[in-house]
Amino acid sequence: MEPGSDVFQWGHGPPLLSNPLLDQLPSYQSLRYRRRLSSGSSRRKRSVSRQRMGSSSSGRWAGPDTDDLLKTISPQRPVKELPISMSDKRRVWEHHKEQHRDLSSLHQWWLGRQRSFRRFKDDSHELLSALVLWRKDIHVIEGKFGTGIQSYFSFLRFLVVLNLVMFLMLFCFVTLPVIISDYEVANSTMLNVTASFNCTIYPSTVRQGLVLFHQYIIDALSGTGFLEQTYLFYGYYRMDSVHFPTIQYRMPLAYLLTSIACLLLSLFWTVKRSVHGFKLNLIQDEDRFQSFCNKIFAGWDFCITDERAARLKHSSLHYELKTDLDEERIKQKIAHRTRKEICHIYFLRLLLNMFVIGVLGGCFYAIYRATIYSQEYSQTQPQQAQNFIVGLIVEYLPSIVITAANFITPLIFEVVIRYEDYSPAFEIRFTLIRCVFVRLASIGVLLFTLWSQITFCGGESCFCGYNNNLYPCWETRVGQEMYKLAIFDFLIIGAVAVLVEFPRNLIVTHCSCSLAKWFGQQEFSVPQNVLEIVYGQTICWIGSYYSPLIPGISTIKYFIVFYIKKVSLMQNCRPSTRPFRASSSNFFFLAVLLIGLLVACVPVGVTIGHISSSKACGPFMNYNISWDVVPSAVETLPGGARKFFYVISSEAFAVTFFVVVCLVLFYFIALARAHKLVVKQLKDQLHMEGRDKMFLIQQLYKAQKTFKQQQQLRPRTEGSELEQEGMLHPDRDYYRPPSSDVFPEDYMDYNLT
Amino acid sequence: MGSSASQLTKELLSEYQELTFLTKQEILLAHCRFKELLPKESRNTMDYRVPMEKILTMPELKSNPFRQRICYVFSTSEAKDGSLSFEDFLDFLSVFSDSATPEIKSHYAFRIFDFDDDGTLDRNDLVKLVNCLTGDAPETRLSQEEMNQLIGNILEESDIDKDGTVNLSEFQHVISRSPDFVSSFKIVL
Repeated sequence: MEPGSDVFQWGHGPPLLSNPLLDQLPSYQSLRYRRRLSSGSSRRKRSVSRQRMGSSSSGRWAGPDTDDLLKTISPQRPVKELPISMSDKRRVWEHHKEQHRDLSSLHQWWLGRQRSFRRFKDDSHELLSALVLWRKDIHVIEGKFGTGIQSYFSFLRFLVVLNLVMFLMLFCFVTLPVIISDYEVANSTMLNVTASFNCTIYPSTVRQGLVLFHQYIIDALSGTGFLEQTYLFYGYYRMDSVHFPTIQYRMPLAYLLTSIACLLLSLFWTVKRSVHGFKLNLIQDEDRFQSFCNKIFAGWDFCITDERAARLKHSSLHYELKTDLDEERIKQKIAHRTRKEICHIYFLRLLLNMFVIGVLGGCFYAIYRATIYSQEYSQTQPQQAQNFIVGLIVEYLPSIVITAANFITPLIFEVVIRYEDYSPAFEIRFTLIRCVFVRLASIGVLLFTLWSQITFCGGESCFCGYNNNLYPCWETRVGQEMYKLAIFDFLIIGAVAVLVEFPRNLIVTHCSCSLAKWFGQQEFSVPQNVLEIVYGQTICWIGSYYSPLIPGISTIKYFIVFYIKKVSLMQNCRPSTRPFRASSSNFFFLAVLLIGLLVACVPVGVTIGHISSSKACGPFMNYNISWDVVPSAVETLPGGARKFFYVISSEAFAVTFFVVVCLVLFYFIALARAHKLVVKQLKDQLHMEGRDKMFLIQQLYKAQKTFKQQQQLRPRTEGSELEQEGMLHPDRDYYRPPSSDVFPEDYMDYNLT
Repeated sequence: MGSSASQLTKELLSEYQELTFLTKQEILLAHCRFKELLPKESRNTMDYRVPMEKILTMPELKSNPFRQRICYVFSTSEAKDGSLSFEDFLDFLSVFSDSATPEIKSHYAFRIFDFDDDGTLDRNDLVKLVNCLTGDAPETRLSQEEMNQLIGNILEESDIDKDGTVNLSEFQHVISRSPDFVSSFKIVL
C-alpha cells in the first residue's frame, strides 16, 4: 500500500487513518484493545520495539497495556467497571490486593468494611429485585414485543404499587381508627352536632320494605343504598377522636392530612421516577428523543428474542428512519412556502381548530346534560319503580357519555390532523395533546356540573352553604360518581378485550374474506392505552378524598387489567408499525400522569378550601370548610410551634420566599447560559486542535517520505538499531526528530501492514 | 483459570461476583445455560471454548443482528474465531446486565459497532450499522441518498472534532445524552 499524499484528505471525505504515527498517539486509547486482540496471531507483524518489550512466552500476552492500565487505575474504582477481559480483570484485582497488603491495618479494615458493605448492598438489591411484581411476565413481553410495549406494562406495575401504598396509608390512618371505635377496642368520641337542625338531617339510605333483587345490584354498582353509609364513603367517618393512653388521635385532622399526604406522595414518586435513569440536559436545546444518534446507536432492543418480533423491529426501524428523513425534507419544503400558501394553510388550520372546538363543546355539553338528567332521575323517581336496565343506564349515564366521547374524539382528531399539514412528528404529538385534553377535561366538566348542582339552591344563597335538600351529604354523592366512573372504566376495558379483540382475532385468523384482510389484526396502540389508565388513575386520585377505599379498588382493578392486557396482547395483537420509542414513552407517560395529578388536585383543593363541608355527615361537621381543622389544631400546639406556623403562613414570609426562589432561578438560568457558551467554545477549540494535529502529522509524514527517498538514493549505513527504534517509541513522552542519516528499515515494513 | 469440576466452587462464585456485575443467581443461571451448550463429552471442563455457531443458537442471540460482532468482541481466543469460554460468556452477560454502568456499556457498544476493528466508527462502519438495523434484505435497505443524508446527520450530531469519524470519547459523549441506550442495551437470561 503506497502511503501517498492522499493519506490526509482534508475535506475530501473521510481520511484514511492508516498512518502508524496516528496509532501511537496517546489519545488513541481505543486502540489499546485492538493491539491486545491482534497480538496473539499477528505478533510476527508487530514492530520491533514491541518485540523487544520482552513479552511473556505464554499464550496470553501480558503486554505493556495491562501495566499501563495498572498505573492509571485508581484503587477505589471497582474492578468490574473496567472494560477488559476476565483474565485481565483478575490480574488487576490481584495487583490491588497486593497493594492493600502494604497499607496500614486500619486502612485494610476500612477497605474490608467497604467491600462487605458493597456485597451486602448487592445481595439486598438481588433480594428486592426477586420480589418485584411480574418480573417474569414483563421479561417475556419484552422479548416478544420490545421495550416500547414493555414500558407500558412497567408503568402499569408502577400504578399498582402506588395505589397499594396509598390504600395502606388511608387504611391505617383513616379507616382503622374508625374500625377500632366501631368495635370498641379503644375509647373514642363521636362528633357532637352543633350546626342548625335543618342542615343535619341525613335520612338513612338503606332500602326499606320489599326490595327487589335487582335493586341490590344497582346499589352495589353505584354505591347507593346499603353501600352509602359504610366505610366506603366520606359520610361514615363521623368520629372525633380516639383516646389512647398517651395521645389523642384526632380524626378530622388525620383525614385531611392523610389525603393531602397521598397526593404529595404520588407527586414525589412520579417526579422521582421520571428523572431516574434519564439525565435531563437543559444546556443543549436539541430534541433529545428524535435525534438520529439516539435512533441509530440505541435503536436495537437487545432484549428481543422472538424471530417475528425481530423482523417487525427491523421494519419499524426502517419506517422510522424513512419518516425522519422525509420529515427533514418536509421541513425544507415548509421553509420555502410562498405567502399565498402560508395564508391558505393558516386559514385552513383556523377552520379546523374551530371545528375541533365545536366538537369538544358538543361533548362537554352532552356530559353536562347527562349528569343533570342522571341526578334528577335518581332523586325524583320513586325508588322501587325503577326498571333494572333503565335504572342502571341512567345511573351510569355520565360515565357512558364520557367513555363515548373518549372513544369518538380521537378518531375525529386523526382525520382532522391530516388536513392541517404539520410535520409527522408534530402530528403525532398534537393529536396526543388533544386526546389528553379531552380525557381530563371531561372529568372536569362532570365535577363542575356536580358542583353547580350542589351549590344551587333555587336562585337564592344556600342556607347551609350547599343544597341540603337534594344533597344532605354531598361529598358522598361526589364519591359515588367517582366510584361509578372507576367501575365503568374497568368494565369497559374488560368488555372491549372480550367482545372486540378476541372476536376480531378469531375472524382474522379463520376467515379469509377480503374484509378480514382489510381490517387486519388489532394493533396495540401504546398512547391510547396509556391515556386510558391515566384517566383511571386521575379518577382514583380525585376519589381518594371522598371515598378512602377507592385506592384499594383501583389496586385490584389495575391488577386484573394487567392480566387482561397481557393475554389480549399475546393472543390478539401485533405491535404497531408506527413505533413509540421507549424513552419518549416514559417521559410521555409520566408527563401525562403529572397533568392528571394536577387536574386531580384542583377539585380536591376547591373542596377543602372553598366549599362548605356537609353538616350532616363526615368528619368536618362542626367546621365551616374542611381546612378550618388545621388552624384549630395549630391553636392547640405549644407556643413555640404555634408561632412557627403563624410565621410560615404570614404574607411577609411568603413574599420573601417567593423573591428568594426567583433569585435562585435567575442564577441557574444565567449559569446554564454561561455553560452553553463554554461548551460551544470548547467544541470549536477541539475541532481546531484536531486540524492542527492532522496538519502537523501531514507535514511530518512528508518530511519522512522525503528522507526515505533520499535514503534510497544512498547506500545504507550500519547504524545502531537501538537508536533507530527508540525514535518512535510509544512510551516516550517526547518525540525525537529523525536524525540525518539513519532510518529504521523495519519502520518501512510496518508501513505495509 | 477455570475449574476442572463441572460445578462452580464457592470461591470461584464469589470471585465472579467481585469481577462482574452479575448476581449470584445470574452467575448460576449462566453456568447452567453454558453447560447446555457444551457437547456431552466435555461436560467436565470449563476451559472448553464453545464455537460461535453453537453460541448463535441461543434464543437471546438468534435474532440479534449484532450476534457475530458480539461473539468476536467478547472472545479472547487466539484464533479470533468468535468462540467463547465460560469467562468470556460471563463478561458478555455482565456488560449486558441491568447493573452495569453506562460507561462500560457504551465502551462495548462502540467495539461492537466498530465492524472493521480500527478503533473509530468511520463511514463504512456506520453504513453497515444502519443496514444491520434495517435488515439486510435489499428491499429493507435505505436508498443511497437516504443513507448519505442519514450518515451526514449522524456525523453532524456526534463528530465533535470534525474528522469524519466517531472515536470512543465522542461516542460515549453522544450516548450519555441518549435516553434510550441503557434500557435497550440489555440482555437478561
